[in-house]
This record gives sequence, C-alpha cells and structure tokens, in this order.
Amino acid sequence: MEALLDTRSHVPSASQRTADDVTARVVAHQWVNAEYKHLVLDAPEPAPLAQAGQFFHLECPQAGEDRPFFRRPMSVYKADPGKGQVEFLYKVTGAGTRGLATLRVGDTMRILGPLGVGFTLDESWKNIVVLGRGVGLATLAPLAEMAAANGVGVTAIFSARGPEQVMSTERFAKTGARIEIVLDSDGSSAVENVERLLRRIAREGKTGAFFTCGSDRLMLLMQRLGRELGIRGEVALEQQMACGIGMCFCCVRNFRSGNEVVSRRVCWDGPVFRLDEAMSW
Amino acid sequence: MVDLRVTVGSLTLDNPVMPASGTFADGLAQIVPFDRLGAMVTKTITAELRGGNPTPRVAELDQAMLNSIGIPSNGVAYFVQKSLPFYRRFKSPLVVSISAPSADAFAELAARMELPGIAAIEANISCPNIEESGKAFAMNPRSTDAAVQKIRNATRLPLWVKLTPNTSEVAAVARAAENAGADALVVANTILAMSIDIETFKPRLGSIMGGLSGPAIKPIVVRMTYQCAKAVSIPVIGCGGISTAEDAVEYMMAGATAVQVGTATFLRPSAMIDVIDGLAAFCDRKGIARAADLTGLVRDAEMAVDDLEAVP
Ligand SMILES: Cc1cc2nc3c(=O)[nH]c(=O)nc-3n(C[C@H](O)[C@H](O)[C@H](O)COP(=O)(O)OP(=O)(O)OC[C@H]3O[C@@H](n4cnc5c(N)ncnc54)[C@H](O)[C@@H]3O)c2cc1C
Ligand SMILES: Cc1cc2nc3c(=O)[nH]c(=O)nc-3n(C[C@H](O)[C@H](O)[C@H](O)COP(=O)(O)O)c2cc1C
Ligand code: FES
Repeated sequence: MEALLDTRSHVPSASQRTADDVTARVVAHQWVNAEYKHLVLDAPEPAPLAQAGQFFHLECPQAGEDRPFFRRPMSVYKADPGKGQVEFLYKVTGAGTRGLATLRVGDTMRILGPLGVGFTLDESWKNIVVLGRGVGLATLAPLAEMAAANGVGVTAIFSARGPEQVMSTERFAKTGARIEIVLDSDGSSAVENVERLLRRIAREGKTGAFFTCGSDRLMLLMQRLGRELGIRGEVALEQQMACGIGMCFCCVRNFRSGNEVVSRRVCWDGPVFRLDEAMSW
Repeated sequence: MVDLRVTVGSLTLDNPVMPASGTFADGLAQIVPFDRLGAMVTKTITAELRGGNPTPRVAELDQAMLNSIGIPSNGVAYFVQKSLPFYRRFKSPLVVSISAPSADAFAELAARMELPGIAAIEANISCPNIEESGKAFAMNPRSTDAAVQKIRNATRLPLWVKLTPNTSEVAAVARAAENAGADALVVANTILAMSIDIETFKPRLGSIMGGLSGPAIKPIVVRMTYQCAKAVSIPVIGCGGISTAEDAVEYMMAGATAVQVGTATFLRPSAMIDVIDGLAAFCDRKGIARAADLTGLVRDAEMAVDDLEAVP
C-alpha cells in the first residue's frame, strides 16, 4: 500500500482554478536539434495566461503505427497573453511525442490547461539559482523570465549530455541571467562539480532560492545543500498522467511532510513542489 | 425538442448521462458544467483510510486503459466535510459510490450516507470480500445477495449496485442483486487484465494486474448489459467504453436506461456533454421523442441466443 493522501495540502481549490480544453492552431513547429522540437500555438484564453511551472495536457495525433491513447503533459515553455500564444519545447521519445512531431503549421489540436500549481517567487529574494537537466530547462525558462520581470537576478545552470543538447541559452541570456553549462561529454556535469559550482554561487550571496527540474540526482544535491545552507527551493516533478486534473490518482508521488510520508497528485498538488519535501524517484 | 429525461427507480434524471465512479472529481468543474449532467457519481469511498496501489498505476494500451489505482480514500469524515459541500452547489443528483471489505461493513457505511445532498448510493461490490478470501462480492450470486441484503436493510436511499464483468454468471448475479433489493444495476466495472513491457520484461503495472477500460471493452460490456437487462426488471445503467453518443445509443438499445462515461473523460474532458448533445441529435434524426424510448430498442424479436453456441 502506498502512503496516505495528503489531506492538508494548501493548493488552490477546484473553484479557484480556471483551466479549459481549447482548440489551438500550430503557427510554428521546428526541430531545435536532433531530438527536440519547439511548438508554437495560437490558443484562446485561458491558455496564454499560463504561469511559469504550469503545464498543459496535449492531445497527440495518431501517426502510422503510433496510436497514443492518453494525452501528454507538457510544461508551458512560453505563454504570451498579448499575442494569444503558448509554446512548448519537447523531446521526441515515444508514441505520443512522435505523433505530436507530425503536426504541421495550420493544424489544430486540443490543449487542456493551464494546469497545476507553478513556481512561486518571494519578493525578498534578490537572486535565485535554476538548475535544469535536459528538457527540464523548458520548464525553468519562464521562471527565469518571471524572475527578471520582478527584478530578481538569475544564475542558470544547464546540465546536458553534450553541447548539442544545450537549448534556449539565448532566452535565458536575454533575461540577463548568468549562464553556466555543465556537460557529460567533458565530465563537468558530475554531481561533485555541480556542488562546487553551487557552493561558489552561495558564497557570492546569489542563492536566495533554488529551483530545479529534470534530474533526480541534481534534485537530491540541491535538497542536501539547501538543508545545509538554509536555502529554500522548489522542484518541478514528472509522473505519468491520465486525466491531468486530479481525478484519477495515477500521478501520485510520495513526499515528506513533517514526520510523515504522504502521497500527492503531481497534476493537482504540483507539478511544482517544495524542494525539502520531495523524495528521490 | 427531444425529452432526454429518464427514470432510474425513484429518481428522475434530466438526461441519461453521468460519470463513472473514479473518473470524476471537483477538478472537472473547471471545464464541464455539472448542472448539465444527468447525475454526479463520486469516486468510491471507504470507511477506512487507504493509500492505494504502487506506481505505475496506469498503462496505455490500444484503445484501452489499464489501471491499478485501487481505492485511495481519505475516509468518510473527509468526504462529508470536504467533498460533499462542493457537490451540494450543483442541482444534478449526487450518487455516492461506497465500498467495504465485508457485508456488515458495507451496511455500516451505507447507513452513514443518509445526508442532505446525497440522492443515491452506488455499492461497488466489485471489490474484494475478505470473507470470501478476497473474491469480489459480485463474482457470485450468493455473496452478492448477502451484501446487497445487508446494505438494503441499512438505508432508505435508492441503492444502485455496480457489478463486475469478471464473472461467468453476470445474469445470475444481476438477479441476486435485484432480489436482494437493489433499485438499479450498474454494468460494469473494469475487466481484470494484464500487460507486459517486453523490452524491460516487467509488468506494466506496479501491482501486476489491473482493470481494463475504454473503447476496447465496449462490445463485452454491451453484451453484459443486454444479458442483465433481459434478466431483471430494474433499470440497468451501462458503463464500459462509452465515448460518443453513438456508444450510448448502443448501450440503451441493448437495454440500458442510462449510461456512465469513464475513461473517455480523461481523453476529452467534455465527453459527457458531447454524449448528451449527441443523444438529443440522434433521437431528433430518428424521430424518437424521448431518450427513454431507446431502452431495449434493439430488434432481436425474431432472434434467439443459443446459450450453447453463444459461449465460445
Ligand atoms: C508536468 C509535466 C511536464 C512535462 N514537461 C515536458 C516538457 O516541457 N518537455 C518534454 O519534452 N517533456 C515534458 N514532460 C515529459 C513528457 O510528458 C513525456 O516525455 C511524454 O509524456 C512522453 O510521451 P511519449 O508517448 O512520447 O513516450 P512513451 O514513453 O511512449 O509514453 C508512454 C506513457 O508514459 C508517459 N510518460 C513517459 N515519460 C514520461 C515522463 N517523463 N513524464 C510523464 N509521463 C511520461 C506518457 O505520457 C505515456 O502515457 C513533462 C511531464 C510532466 C508530468
Ligand atoms: C482510473 C479509474 C478509476 C476507477 N475507479 C473506480 C472506483 O473507484 N469505483 C468504481 O466502482 N469503479 C471505478 N472505475 C471503473 C469505472 O467506473 C468504469 O466502471 C470502467 O472504467 C468502465 O468504463 P469506461 O470504459 O467508460 O472507463 C475506475 C476506472 C478508472 C479508469
Ligand atoms: S493525472 Fe489524474 S490525478 Fe493526476
């Protein structure tokens, strides 16, 4: 038996949420590198009102042998209420994302969102560190922009297999973020090295809060350092989803809450959670 | 104007479409106006606190979903304090799905449900019965009779009994539930199934086996709905793989008075609304004045099921 459900979680109630299932139209859809595609959609409200860390449940078309049944959850990579657009950056992995990759400019698709609880920024933070691995950066990019808009400085650490997998540095650079890149190909992405980097940033007084997405090892590292140095933080988690709106309870993960272990729904209570409460996956 | 109203025992529903237990919750209210639903059906609740099964809890198959969610439950007090007030805002009748590990525990829980805002009980007797070494109550007529009688004696609320498809005697189970005092039957729960990821050699679900739902199971459950509707005179509510109005019509023609939509809502949150609108459109097109007239409309009068041949 898994842990009991968290009944004290302070997330917005159903009546406070405003997602909708809308028809969106593809306005751009390009390969960023050999594995990742960037999808730009025209979408009616509430879609473009998505906040950093929230996600959408995307209907993926069937293509050839691929007949994805469920929708696929994707973090909002960018949301622009002015233009009425939402963007996604995704890795082509299995049936769903292969189907998604076949969408052409002008095609329409259903997107359900914005869903879940996104990142929170505290006014008192002067600087934050965001640490992302692979496509985790897609989730963190809107956070860096939100921070910049609120006058919060950002150090962004990109972890990737090799230089080809490093994406959207320009977007982070535009926000004025300081960028550090660590790679598997030259060994710089090793946990000890990232730890040295984080400690250095901490000594410079630039670690108001930690944010991470995309790697269990890096989450554990930030959690350990956060505890040692008294730095708060948040982590965006992933779990397989069916409904995306809190009904099916398939997307649960365990969390430490005080002395207890409780189970929470990633789609409803998250996908962004307190760093100190997350557990290794 | 097509009259969509149907009668399920003492309850009159504005239309025959409602959610299947476990595929509906407050989060859907963002997208679907609950006041348009024929009824609202809750996730099964239990008296005890339960955590549910290990992950992965779902797998995606061709036109089907395999799940081993189990019944994570925060208990009755949480339901009464937190969930019930939410549903009271809507005018659609609320049906509370309950489950328990023994007939007595079922009765005790049912007795606690006579609360303002609760219109009916759906007893999910597809769950394991600890007195029959974990076999589901609804697997045989005897344990069905025992559980339904006790629940019936414990409550004055309309009692719907949800059957399992994992039995070879669904018609006999249906009759047992009717004789024990059920006001309606829900046919059916998920089909016990299993899937293996041949790349990793691992079962796809954390608890190895689970329940199959979605379009792939529809022909099986249409057949069971037909069998049950022939066997009893109380209303049958069809449930299994319904995602369009055409699916709902098929169930009603097979003998269902109303239908429940489950997995389809995960794929298209507005599925129930589309089924309601589509039903009206279908009746209109066929010149059928009342949706209730669809029930049992299948033209099988000159035909007979050969029990010996029909069993493959
Ligand atoms: C909140 C959230 C935000 C996400 N944001 C992004 C993003 O911005 N960019 C991106 O590339 N990916 C993101 N993911 C992961 C993405 O959902 C999966 O890569 C995708 O579902 C894989 O589907 P598939 O059919 O291609 O792969 P398959 O492996 O064939 O999928 C099989 C099943 O497993 C599920 N699944 C597989 N991997 C994951 C995963 N990592 N997380 C959740 N479910 C998974 C699928 O949804 C599907 O139901 C996010 C996941 C979550 C939960
Ligand atoms: C994720 C999930 C959870 C479910 N939980 C319950 C439950 O708590 N109680 C119950 O009686 N049936 C439960 N069911 C079964 C459904 O109510 C329904 O009987 C079944 O899914 C078949 O209908 P469908 O094909 O339309 O989904 C669940 C089904 C799914 C997919
Ligand atoms: S995906 Fe259904 S509860 Fe989270």
